[in-house]
Amino acid sequence: MNAGNGGTRRIDTSYLARVEGEGAMRVRLRGEEVEEVELRIFEPPRFFEALLRGRALGEAPDITARICGICPVAYQTSACQAMEDALGIEVEGQLRALRRLIYCGEWIESHCLHLYMLHAPDFLGYESGIAMARDHREVVERGLRAKKTGNRLIEIVGGRAVHPVNVRVGGFYRAPERGELEALRGDLEQCREEALATVRWTAGLEFPELERDYELVSLRSEVEGEYPIDNGRIVSSKGIDVAPAGFDATFEEEHVPHSTALHARVRERGAYLTGPMARFELNRERLSPLAAEAASEAGLGDGCRNPFRSIVVRAVEVLYAFDEALRLIDAYERPDAPAVGWEPRAAVGHGVSEAPRGLLYHRYEIDAAGEIVSAWIVPPTSQNQRSIEEDLREFVAAHTALPDDELRHRCEQTIRNYDPCISCSTHFLDLKVERV
Amino acid sequence: MSGGRRLFIGIGNPLRGDDAAGLLAARALRGREPRGIEVLELEGEPVDLIETWEGTDAVVVADAVSSGGEPGELHRIDAGEGPLPATLAGASTHAMGLAEAVELARALERLPARLLVFGIEAASFETGAEPSAAVRAAAQRVADAAAEELAPR
Repeated sequence: MNAGNGGTRRIDTSYLARVEGEGAMRVRLRGEEVEEVELRIFEPPRFFEALLRGRALGEAPDITARICGICPVAYQTSACQAMEDALGIEVEGQLRALRRLIYCGEWIESHCLHLYMLHAPDFLGYESGIAMARDHREVVERGLRAKKTGNRLIEIVGGRAVHPVNVRVGGFYRAPERGELEALRGDLEQCREEALATVRWTAGLEFPELERDYELVSLRSEVEGEYPIDNGRIVSSKGIDVAPAGFDATFEEEHVPHSTALHARVRERGAYLTGPMARFELNRERLSPLAAEAASEAGLGDGCRNPFRSIVVRAVEVLYAFDEALRLIDAYERPDAPAVGWEPRAAVGHGVSEAPRGLLYHRYEIDAAGEIVSAWIVPPTSQNQRSIEEDLREFVAAHTALPDDELRHRCEQTIRNYDPCISCSTHFLDLKVERV
Repeated sequence: MSGGRRLFIGIGNPLRGDDAAGLLAARALRGREPRGIEVLELEGEPVDLIETWEGTDAVVVADAVSSGGEPGELHRIDAGEGPLPATLAGASTHAMGLAEAVELARALERLPARLLVFGIEAASFETGAEPSAAVRAAAQRVADAAAEELAPR
C-alpha cells in the first residue's frame, strides 16, 4: 500500500480474511477517481461439472454437496430438484417439508457462523471473532448455541451435520420419527427467543453509508405466503419472473481474466444481487409474523439497499428459520415412504434453491440409462461477484478521503457483506487498493 | 490425569494425503483398545470441537500441521500454557481451524481442564494421495504418547 505520487494511490490486501475460500481484491485510484476494481478469485477451478459426466444421476446430490462444507444442503437440494424435474416426479407434502426443514438448519448454521464470527467483528472493531468473544461473550455464546441447534437439525434430518448422507433424488433414505424432531423443540424455542434479541442487537450497530440500485433476484415460492428457501420461480425487482428452466435464457456467464469464477449477469442488462437482501425485499410479506415484526422494528421497512445492513437481514432470516422449523415440526407426520420412486429417462432438468448466500442453480442432461451427459452449476458467489465489484467501486468513490488503512478495512468489510463462498464459486481473499 | 472423562480427538481429511494424520493417530490408538479413553475422528469444525470437549477432564487432539518442519516431526503443545502458534492453524480450507477453536474456547472459558495438542508435520495435502510413510509412522508415535498422557493415574 502506497501513499500516492501525483495523486495516485494503490492499496493492496493480498489475503482477505474471514471469507470462505481463496481470493484477493485490488482497487486502483487516480486522484479522486476509481480506475479499477477487481475481485480476484484465484482458487483453482475444481472441475465438478466435468467430474459429473458419466456418473449415475442419483450420485449428483452427494457429489455436488462436496463443493461446499458450509452449504451442502443447498447443493443437495438444487441437484435433487433438477433431477426430479428431468424425471418428471414431484416431491411434495411431508417429504418436501423435511427438505425445507433440513434447509432451515443450513440457513441457521451458515448465517450464524457469518453473522457472529465473521461479520460482527467488522462493526465492533475487532480483528476476529475470537477477539470479539473476549468482550462480547454473551453474544458469541448465543451464536454458538444457534449454530449448534442448526447443526443438530441437519443431523436429525440428514444423518450428519456436514455433508448429510440421508438426502437422495426423490426424497430421503429414511424419514425421521416425529419424536426425534420433537426432541429439538426446547432448543429451537430458546434459540428463536435469542434470535429475536440478535435482530435487535444487529439493528443497533453502526453502518457505513452506501445505497445501491441493485437488480434484486430471488426465488418466489409458488406456495402462497411462503418465504423462499427450497424452491420457487426466479423473480427480480426489474420484472424477471421465470420458472427454473428459464435461467439460461435470462442470465449469462462470462469469463473475466482476473477470476477463476465465472461472472454472471442478467442478459442485456448487467449485474444483479442475490442472497438475503434480495430475498427479503422481494418476499418480506411472506415472512412469519414474528420475523416480519422484528424486521419492521429493526427499521428494515420496505427493503434494504445498504449492503452493510445485510447483517440485520441475516439476523431476520435466522429468526425466520427457527420459526419456520418449529412450524414444520408442529405439522410433521412421518410419511409412509421416505422417497418418491423413479425410472430413468432421457431428459434435461433444472433445479434452483436459495443457498444462504443466494440463488444456486443446477442443470443436468441425463440419458435413458440415467447417466449424466452434462452438468451446469451456477453458485451464488459467482452471481454476486459483479455486484461486489460495483459496491466496492461506489464505496471507494465516495470515501477517497479515507486513509489507506481504513479504506482497505472498509473494502474488506464490503466484500464480507456478501458472506462470499469463494470455494463454491470456483472455486481466499487478497486485497489491493492502488492509487495512481 | 484425573479419573474423569478422557478423550482423544483425531482431526483430518481422509482424502487429502497427509491431512489424514490425526485420523490415522485415532485409528492407531483405537487399535490398542485404550480402556476408558474415548476416541473420536472429527473434521475440525471449531464449534463442534468446543462442544465435544466441553466438560472433559483431559483431551488430546492430533492434527496435521504445515510449519516448514520435517515430515513426520511432532509438535507437542499444552494449550493451558498459552496461545497456540499460528503455524498450527492447519491446512484447512475453512475459515477457522484447530488453533482458532482453542483460542475461542479460551476466550469463552470453555477449555477442558487439560488440553494437549499434537501437531504432525505433513509433507503433502494432495487430493486423493495416500498419507506419506513419515506421517503414518508419526501417527503411531502420537497414539503411543496419547495412551500415556491419557492413562488413569
